[in-house]
Amino acid sequence: MSTLCFISENMERVLYLTWEHIWIVGSSLVIAMIIGIPLGVLITRHKNLAQRVLNTANVLMTIPSIALFGIMLPILAVMGFGLGKLPAVIALVLYSQLPIIRNTYTAILNVPPAVTDAGRGMGMNRWRLLREVEIPLAVPVILAGLRTAAVMNIGIAAIAAYIGAGGLGVLISQGISRTYEEMIIAGAVLVSLLAIIVDGAMALLERWVTPRGLQVQRRQNG
Amino acid sequence: MSRLLSQVYRFLLMLVLLCAGVMAERTGLVQYLSDPYEYPYILSRLWEHVCIVGESMSIATAIGVIAGILLTRSRFRRYAGIVMYIISLGQTIPSLAVLALAMSFLGIGSGPAVFALTVYSILPIARNTLAGITNVPPHLTDAARGMGMPPARILLEIEIPNAMKIIITGFRIALIINIGTVALAYLIGAGGMGDLIFTGIEVMMTAKLLAGAIPVTIMALIADFCCGLLELLLVPKGLRLNG
Repeated sequence: MSTLCFISENMERVLYLTWEHIWIVGSSLVIAMIIGIPLGVLITRHKNLAQRVLNTANVLMTIPSIALFGIMLPILAVMGFGLGKLPAVIALVLYSQLPIIRNTYTAILNVPPAVTDAGRGMGMNRWRLLREVEIPLAVPVILAGLRTAAVMNIGIAAIAAYIGAGGLGVLISQGISRTYEEMIIAGAVLVSLLAIIVDGAMALLERWVTPRGLQVQRRQNG
Repeated sequence: MSRLLSQVYRFLLMLVLLCAGVMAERTGLVQYLSDPYEYPYILSRLWEHVCIVGESMSIATAIGVIAGILLTRSRFRRYAGIVMYIISLGQTIPSLAVLALAMSFLGIGSGPAVFALTVYSILPIARNTLAGITNVPPHLTDAARGMGMPPARILLEIEIPNAMKIIITGFRIALIINIGTVALAYLIGAGGMGDLIFTGIEVMMTAKLLAGAIPVTIMALIADFCCGLLELLLVPKGLRLNG
């Protein structure tokens, strides 16, 4: 109950921090998409690159987030960006690469060869085939990758409060250092709620963008 | 083309290693690590870290695998859907939030941290055990039943070996997340390598920060590698081909 009191008393600050959190996660997700999706498409054309790119992304994912922040800090400090939003966004972009690249790669590989053959038979060149056949069929799976990345990034952005990136993690970190219980619970609950809401919204979006032809197929299968 | 690319890749790797070496020297990391008054402290933090990971992972593996197996038995199978839903909801909750909640309800120290980490690590293990056993082809279990195997033997000789690969993947995910989260457990007073990282950030002492961050990273990479070995050891030979 006192947690609700805390939230309503500090409504303005809480809203600002939530917005900041969403901003960090959203902007890093957009950058990650711009890098990850073309890379995922590229490695379906050059198979010998695929394993290497996926392995690199996998190793990046293995690095614990706070350790990655720690390692990046002195590197970016040379350029004067050691603390703040930039290292947080870079880390989030790096972490998002594995789910995005892997899902794009598997989605495009799993497009039924009959469909691409039909497209090629109709005289489509490779670029049009990609744009009109492969990408639309792969979009639901790519979105699933983005959903994984978004949920994960919300959690990591909370940790980024410790390197001065702001966001809802600030409530947790200040709450812990002041042993202010309501503040800790408010931060933890809000971050969790944000993650759960984004997860649900992306799931709905995933269903919504599935091409109608695929939905019919799925309904028949199910 | 591909040979050129692999050469470029190797060259970049060498360059990164060289830069890392130069940085280690320039930031004073080498000096910090070779300081005779510092490294016992670092080693004790490292040992704490390993202990917390070991404790929470062993409890979580036991509970997770047993819970996953129980949920596939016919008596509990109808709860499997709802448990899966709860697990996936639990997995969306960020690790820092889990630790913070554990601290505000259970207090500070390594006890609450181990509890929170255990609960958090059970989720992927239970989920993958459940998924792995559910995905065992039904014709295999039918054949075993037709040969007159009792359910316990079907479980031990058919279902678990066939699901082993997915179970180990779950274990690997849990272990990697766990190692990273233990670094955060310092914040609720559990010690571990997070001590060096967070203190290093607070006082802007790069050497201390790196002395915490690099071992944690190496630990996670070694854990990942060991899980790969474990898979080689435990997954039956016949199942590796179509992996």
